[in-house]
Amino acid sequence: MPALLDVSNLSIHFGGVKAVQDVSFSIDAGIVYSVIGPNGAGKTTLFNLITGVYKPTAGEIRLDGESIGGKSPDELARRGVARTFQNLQICMNMSAIENVMVGAHLRLDRNLIKAALRLPGLTRRDAELREEAFELMRFVGLEKYRDARADSMPYGALKRLEIARALAMKPRLIFLDEPAAGLNPKETIEVDHLVRKVADSGITVVLVEHDMKMVMNLSDRILVLDYGKKLAEGTGEEVRRNPDVIAAYLGAHA
Amino acid sequence: MQKRAYFGLYILIAVLAVLPFVLPNSFYLDLAIRMAINAIIVLGLNLLIGFAGQISLGHAGFLGLGAYASAVLPTHFGWHPVLAMIAGAVATGILAALVARPIFKLKGNYLAMATLGLGIIINIAVRNEAQWTGGPDGMPVPAFGLAGFELSSDKQWYWVVAALLAVSVWASLNLIDSPFGRALRALHGSEVASRVVGVDVVRYKVAIFVMSAVFASLMGSVTAHYVGFVTPNLADFFHSIELVTMVVIGGMASVYGSVIGAVLLTALPQALATFEGWETVAFGAILMICMIFLPKGLVPTLASKFGKAE
Repeated sequence: MPALLDVSNLSIHFGGVKAVQDVSFSIDAGIVYSVIGPNGAGKTTLFNLITGVYKPTAGEIRLDGESIGGKSPDELARRGVARTFQNLQICMNMSAIENVMVGAHLRLDRNLIKAALRLPGLTRRDAELREEAFELMRFVGLEKYRDARADSMPYGALKRLEIARALAMKPRLIFLDEPAAGLNPKETIEVDHLVRKVADSGITVVLVEHDMKMVMNLSDRILVLDYGKKLAEGTGEEVRRNPDVIAAYLGAHA
Repeated sequence: MQKRAYFGLYILIAVLAVLPFVLPNSFYLDLAIRMAINAIIVLGLNLLIGFAGQISLGHAGFLGLGAYASAVLPTHFGWHPVLAMIAGAVATGILAALVARPIFKLKGNYLAMATLGLGIIINIAVRNEAQWTGGPDGMPVPAFGLAGFELSSDKQWYWVVAALLAVSVWASLNLIDSPFGRALRALHGSEVASRVVGVDVVRYKVAIFVMSAVFASLMGSVTAHYVGFVTPNLADFFHSIELVTMVVIGGMASVYGSVIGAVLLTALPQALATFEGWETVAFGAILMICMIFLPKGLVPTLASKFGKAE
């Protein structure tokens, strides 16, 4: 069976900076796949490439065998690719539940005229969607923010709101960019459980995270990047023993 | 946004229904009509500026296109006013789309610059094409009629624009609380997040820009027929700025704010007429004070003060 996501020789250059260089890996459906590496290793750039925010300089990305390199984010969204952001990308001009509802954008009737006339079919669907969005908020543990405005919510809750929005897309593949960054230990454990729950629901998870305990705990496989290059790939145990990885992390010439 | 968002609409309808019976004379009725026309334009503009976060500095140009379509086509070519009005709106829509598409493909907010230029071009065109438009002196506009019925008295005009205003407020409220409207607000809140959930950002920006331009054009036609005369001042840069100011003073991303902003800024010059020569200064000072103490605009600031989301 071919892998769900297959990346081969992927590169992107910003002027002279080679942010991602010749990186290849593949991700099987249903697993939790983590991407780790020191700051500036190119992890978020890799996410931006695969989710269509950047266009690759070279290389190929295949989703279920179909080449998706250079496709726009909305085309990828149509193919079931969702993501969250390292630096929060919550719409602060909207309520919490509306942020989640936006995630379902592609599944809705987006007709302007019908919307302006408030046709009954559209309103009914919107009411159902609101319930669905609330279920997702409950799933990520945000039920008490049902009527909250996004800009009145604490940081930790917003991180989870991003996950709820991504889930509203009903994705096959979800990219989580540092879901635990900036969270306290208790919140980190909650996010750890949440990522597990997401994976258990059948969605393939790709995770960038600095919290090694969480990464080792959750990941089926791990990709290690350093200076935009692939340093190692394998199970947690394999990666942990890899001398290159140890050198990159500890900065030792050991 | 829940049911209570529509509460203001009922109040508005009640006010509109009672107004002509309590206004002391035709001067106030005329003022009310102009307020309502401005309010409709500002509603469209606020969808663009407040909700979608895109600034247009040339909306008076679109207003002018509609107004001159309604003046020139019936006068010189014998078109029916309704047809002229539609032609103006369609032409404005096409022009807006042609300008907006390439602009929105650029990263960054270039719309303000492009619309500024476009508005000035339209204004110069109507000033210079004197054989068609009467140049700086303007030209008369034939009366508006439909199926043998002619809109002539201020009372009739009032009921028409009042109905248009109520429908526009209703439609705006509907729109912002729909999948289309949420996508629009989302691309304002976080463009990258909205792209990643599948919003075709360029298409949405173009759609709302074209819609607000067409609104302005239609109201330009209405203004032309109501006043019975058009001048290039209708389409000049200062009028564009005035419209943006109405959005900002009333409140960005606030439907009722649009109405309040238009009402206040239409009335203010009249109220300040007693300052004789200093009215522009007083006008500017009031705007400054508003922005210092009510930076989010009147309606959103007051709404949050009284603990009610709009």
